[in-house]
Amino acid sequence: MGRNPLSTTDRRGCALVTGASRGIGAATAKVLAADGWPVGVGYNSGAAEAEAVVKEIEAAGGRAVALGGDVADTAVLDAHFTALEERFGTVLVLVNNAGVRRDGLSPQIKDDDWAAVLETNLGAAFRATRRAIPPMLKARHGRIVNIASVVGLRANPGQANYAASKAGLVGMTKTVAAEVARRGVTVNAVAPGLIATDMTADLDGELLKVVPARRPGTPEEVAACVRFLASDEAGYVTGATLTVDGGMSA
Amino acid sequence: MATATPEAVESRIVEALASFGPDIEQVTRTATFEELDIDSLDLVELAQIVEDEWGVELKGDDMKGLKTVGDAIDLVVARAA
Repeated sequence: MGRNPLSTTDRRGCALVTGASRGIGAATAKVLAADGWPVGVGYNSGAAEAEAVVKEIEAAGGRAVALGGDVADTAVLDAHFTALEERFGTVLVLVNNAGVRRDGLSPQIKDDDWAAVLETNLGAAFRATRRAIPPMLKARHGRIVNIASVVGLRANPGQANYAASKAGLVGMTKTVAAEVARRGVTVNAVAPGLIATDMTADLDGELLKVVPARRPGTPEEVAACVRFLASDEAGYVTGATLTVDGGMSA
Repeated sequence: MATATPEAVESRIVEALASFGPDIEQVTRTATFEELDIDSLDLVELAQIVEDEWGVELKGDDMKGLKTVGDAIDLVVARAA
């Protein structure tokens, strides 16, 4: 497999991408593997799809392992880290991508819709970050990329819970970045706009009217940004939120 | 889990702090973390060692008041008692 010039990795370690059975997570797992990282492909429901991502990575000469379970469960998350550490060494790249939507106008969002979205999108990302950081500090190197959303930056009626979780990721990104910057660990967010994935398949053309590029983005276009932020070349970028939204938030 | 005698705690903490950079001779009870160039992230690492060795959990607020090596040793000994 050809090395990208952004390649990071003669380092001994690996990457974990949560929610990587499809969409942005799958695309990200593939490009990190192409850069030489052994990759943990996290999934919750899509076991067959995650295995297909692993097979594709292996067929291209990379290394990967599928890791199943709900990352909102701290024990599951911890098991993912331990499995990767035993097999590939320290997790030096963490991509917090697992996310769920439970849309509705605010009066219709029930407590469990609120809690589930906050727990998975924000709580799990925090706990993964907390688990990842001590070994990264020891290694004097680490890359954490949180997949936020343009909805964390601008309004999108019907997604109060999702917006809160994604805005929370942006805030968490900044503060954790400041805490660990002096040890060579960077923490950034990528905020995709309308991206063509299973998760957005039900959204109609209405939303495209507010996208200056007049087309949805692709998972690969988001993954390319994560790939950069995970690279050595991005070492001085930290606490940033990179929008990948066809100009939607401009 | 190891028994947290004052001697054992002092020895392990001094060893851990020295591993963060300063010469071990500099790591005396009266030395301040500032003098030793030990920062808050080093103290987080120290807290992890303390928890692993003696099961003493130090929170952020506990760590805030620590100025000297002796402060850290005394806190751990008191908590482990």
